[in-house]
Amino acid sequence: MATPIQYCTFSLAHLTFGIEVDRVQEVMRSRDLTEVPLANDVVEGLINLRGQIVTALDLRRRLELPPRDPQAPPPMNIVVRTASGELSLLVDAIGDVVDADEATFEGPPETLDGVARELITGTYKLDDRLLLVLDTERAVQLPAPV
Amino acid sequence: MSEIDEIVGEFLVESYENLDRFDEDLLALERDPGDTGVISSIFRTIHTVKGTAGFFAFDRLGELAHVAENLLGRLREGELAVNEEIASALLVTGDTLRQMLGTIEETGEEGDEDTAALMATLKCLHAGDAADSAEATTPSTGDDAAPSPDEVPAATSDTHGDDDEDQGCDDPALDEPIASPRAGNGGEDDVNPKLGELLIGEGETTPEAVALAAYEQDLGDNRRIGEILVDQGQTTTDAVDKAVEVQGNDSGRSLSDSSIRVDVGLLDELMNLVGELVLARNQIVQLVGEEQDSHYAGASQRLNLITTELQEGVMKTRMQPIGNVWNKLPRVVRDLSLSCGKQVRLVMEGQETELDKTIIEAIKDPLTHLVRNAVDHGIELPEQRIAAGKPEEGQLTLRAFHEGGQVNIEILDDGGGIDPHALKQKAIAKRVITAEQAASMTDREAVNLIFAAGFSTAEEVTSVSGRGVGMDVVRTNIERIGGTVDVQSEQGQGTACKVKIPLTLAIVPALMVTSGQSRFAIPQLSLIELVRLEGEEARKGIELVHGAPVHRLRGRLLPIVDLAGELGRGAPETREAVNIVVLQADGQSFGLVVDAIQDTEEIVVKPLGSHLKEADLFSGATIMGDGRVALILDVLGIAERARVVTETTERSGATEDLGDIVDERHVERRTLLLVGIGDDRRAAIALSDVERLEEFASASIEFGNGDEVVQYRDDILPLVRLADALGVGGYSMDVPEQLDVVVNRVDGRMVGIVVGSILDIVEQDVDLRDGDAGRSVLGSAIIQGRVTDVVDIDAVVMRNDPARMGAYAGV
Repeated sequence: MATPIQYCTFSLAHLTFGIEVDRVQEVMRSRDLTEVPLANDVVEGLINLRGQIVTALDLRRRLELPPRDPQAPPPMNIVVRTASGELSLLVDAIGDVVDADEATFEGPPETLDGVARELITGTYKLDDRLLLVLDTERAVQLPAPV
Repeated sequence: MSEIDEIVGEFLVESYENLDRFDEDLLALERDPGDTGVISSIFRTIHTVKGTAGFFAFDRLGELAHVAENLLGRLREGELAVNEEIASALLVTGDTLRQMLGTIEETGEEGDEDTAALMATLKCLHAGDAADSAEATTPSTGDDAAPSPDEVPAATSDTHGDDDEDQGCDDPALDEPIASPRAGNGGEDDVNPKLGELLIGEGETTPEAVALAAYEQDLGDNRRIGEILVDQGQTTTDAVDKAVEVQGNDSGRSLSDSSIRVDVGLLDELMNLVGELVLARNQIVQLVGEEQDSHYAGASQRLNLITTELQEGVMKTRMQPIGNVWNKLPRVVRDLSLSCGKQVRLVMEGQETELDKTIIEAIKDPLTHLVRNAVDHGIELPEQRIAAGKPEEGQLTLRAFHEGGQVNIEILDDGGGIDPHALKQKAIAKRVITAEQAASMTDREAVNLIFAAGFSTAEEVTSVSGRGVGMDVVRTNIERIGGTVDVQSEQGQGTACKVKIPLTLAIVPALMVTSGQSRFAIPQLSLIELVRLEGEEARKGIELVHGAPVHRLRGRLLPIVDLAGELGRGAPETREAVNIVVLQADGQSFGLVVDAIQDTEEIVVKPLGSHLKEADLFSGATIMGDGRVALILDVLGIAERARVVTETTERSGATEDLGDIVDERHVERRTLLLVGIGDDRRAAIALSDVERLEEFASASIEFGNGDEVVQYRDDILPLVRLADALGVGGYSMDVPEQLDVVVNRVDGRMVGIVVGSILDIVEQDVDLRDGDAGRSVLGSAIIQGRVTDVVDIDAVVMRNDPARMGAYAGV
């Protein structure tokens, strides 16, 4: 593997996550959301992506992280291509695109627990922090309603 | 043009495409002879041509394809390797096939291209190398496997045989006179088919007549050949006009040039983009409205117009004439009527009526089903028809037309019709409806029972005389695309099945409503009317029956569903004004309470992603003028969720339970209707007894048999004054203008109980004390802090005067 894999990074709570760059269609600022009553909790709403209606999923809720601080800036959209079509993932902030070095790859950290651990394929040890690689296909599967 | 020509047209377009791929594949195969995938693809192409040619009786075409297929078969089995010689022969085959197709396209029949040499070559190639290996191998290459060389000349001479000359698809009557003028048509000639030939081809005149007319022209008659023929009474003006049209079409571009196949997905994408463009246009037009600059205004005006035209154009690309579906029906009718021993003439009107492709696909099966039903169950056997004084041959009419933005399709037969009474009996036996429901059903409602789910299996419905094989499926399928289906039948005269479907699913008119902060779209197709209750009405207009909210709309109880409640948001306690959207789902109407009603808009329907599949309240979403997304309410889904659709059956079930409750007479949770009687007394009536709440003007009371009655739903409703029945004496002397009447159903008969006022509905544990049948009271209980008599309705009615009640047994 001569070419390193590129990841689009983003932050959620205190964690940094990455999604393979070629899965990401685009990144957008916060959009007007239309709430869908009675839908799964993870479904935040619908957005208009140039005439196409895309479902937005709240990654915080999917990863069972604490809810977003209402005072914080509105979430960003990462539009990803998945087996179930295009979806928008709501994240706190978008980071850089990083080239990950295969040598620094490890399995999911022991300290991570719960759902997050299931949705992480592994970790890259970057210089200043850990990059958690999100299993996109699994992350966009809706959990069973509580 | 006859429908055959249309199918041939499709075959030609498809074959041209296939042959283009055939060439590409062959070239690829030459580069890489071992590629079995490509060989299979080539084989399939030729096989398709052969099969279809056989279907249209283009025998020479089929024969050539057959020989080529044999050769390809051996290539596929790996018994022969592709070499230059084989590839060339196959490429020439492709060219020849194309040439033959060209002739068919021009003349409607096969030409007489010389294929003998080519076929001989193919057979040699097939047999040649086979000499060493093929004899021993399996005969799986087909009937012609390993032909001996002496078969080749035999086959060749066969193609020259005269028998093949006239294997055209149109008419066996074609003979020498027309075959000869066409002899020179090698496929390249740009000569249009002659009018005379076209007329002969359509069976509108005879070759002799054309020859005669041509002879007259030669003698100096200046009239056109069509005119001569018409004047001589050899054909009709219509036929000539039609032939001239065909002639004109043929002289235009060839089929493969004038039509292309486009993936529907691409059209959908275009549709989406146009939808988006419309939104952008709307925004710009809005912005320009605020500006004063006339240049801007002019440009936006043009943008406006062009966008509208573009939208219409793109919509049109998805439109297809309904004839495309109907084309298959004559055959269905023919086969079915033959097997039933019936004579049916199929008449089709409005074949050119266009509708969206997705809808065409969706109605194909339901329509076929309805037509089959009409032939199978509708039209009678010839003997029966004659006995009934009708012509032996039944007529089945298919009619399609546009009306009010919808497409109407009618399937009419002049058969025996449906017997509503037999149908009711069957429905009762099958427990689809109760005897009571049957009694209050109109004939027209009864006929539509054939659509009831679980009503019919083939055998049972046939015995009823009715239709109904899977008719519930037909209705479901039609309603799924936002359509409706209705049956009207007159016994002995026939049956009319009327289907209404939207023009397109992509853009539909919708009513925009709000609930809380959200906007929702309700497809206008399910909309019946809008009702607004204000002031006093808003507080009292919605009552509870069985704990379920209802509104009295022109004397009928309309079940009410609160949208906010259904959306899980909790309805506001009180509203200043209540907006009710009256909707229709599954043949039942119900009222949907929304916060506000906005205007109607044309919306572009977009599907919801897979993550929202479970949200059965919504059928899709759309993008509004401001760019925001609005959800489209699924009316049927809401009705099912709120259980208004099945309400009737539930209510009748509840009535049956009543007997148990009454008999037990001890602490019991009950739902009671509280009424006031006399000056300050209260009574309670078990809500399960209550059919409706009505108001009658005192003036409308009449006397029948010396007792008080009112006219109610085309019937006579006997009235009982509750105050009298309970012996609590006198209502005040001043007669109220309006009487509150609780309509009860006792032993299947309706009785109106006149009460002082309707107070409330409570659900609570009732501990009955001191029942007193003599006073028509089941007992008393403390309700809302007051001692209340619980009325024994049966006793009230019977005590009042059993004989009198009996007089209205039919009510």
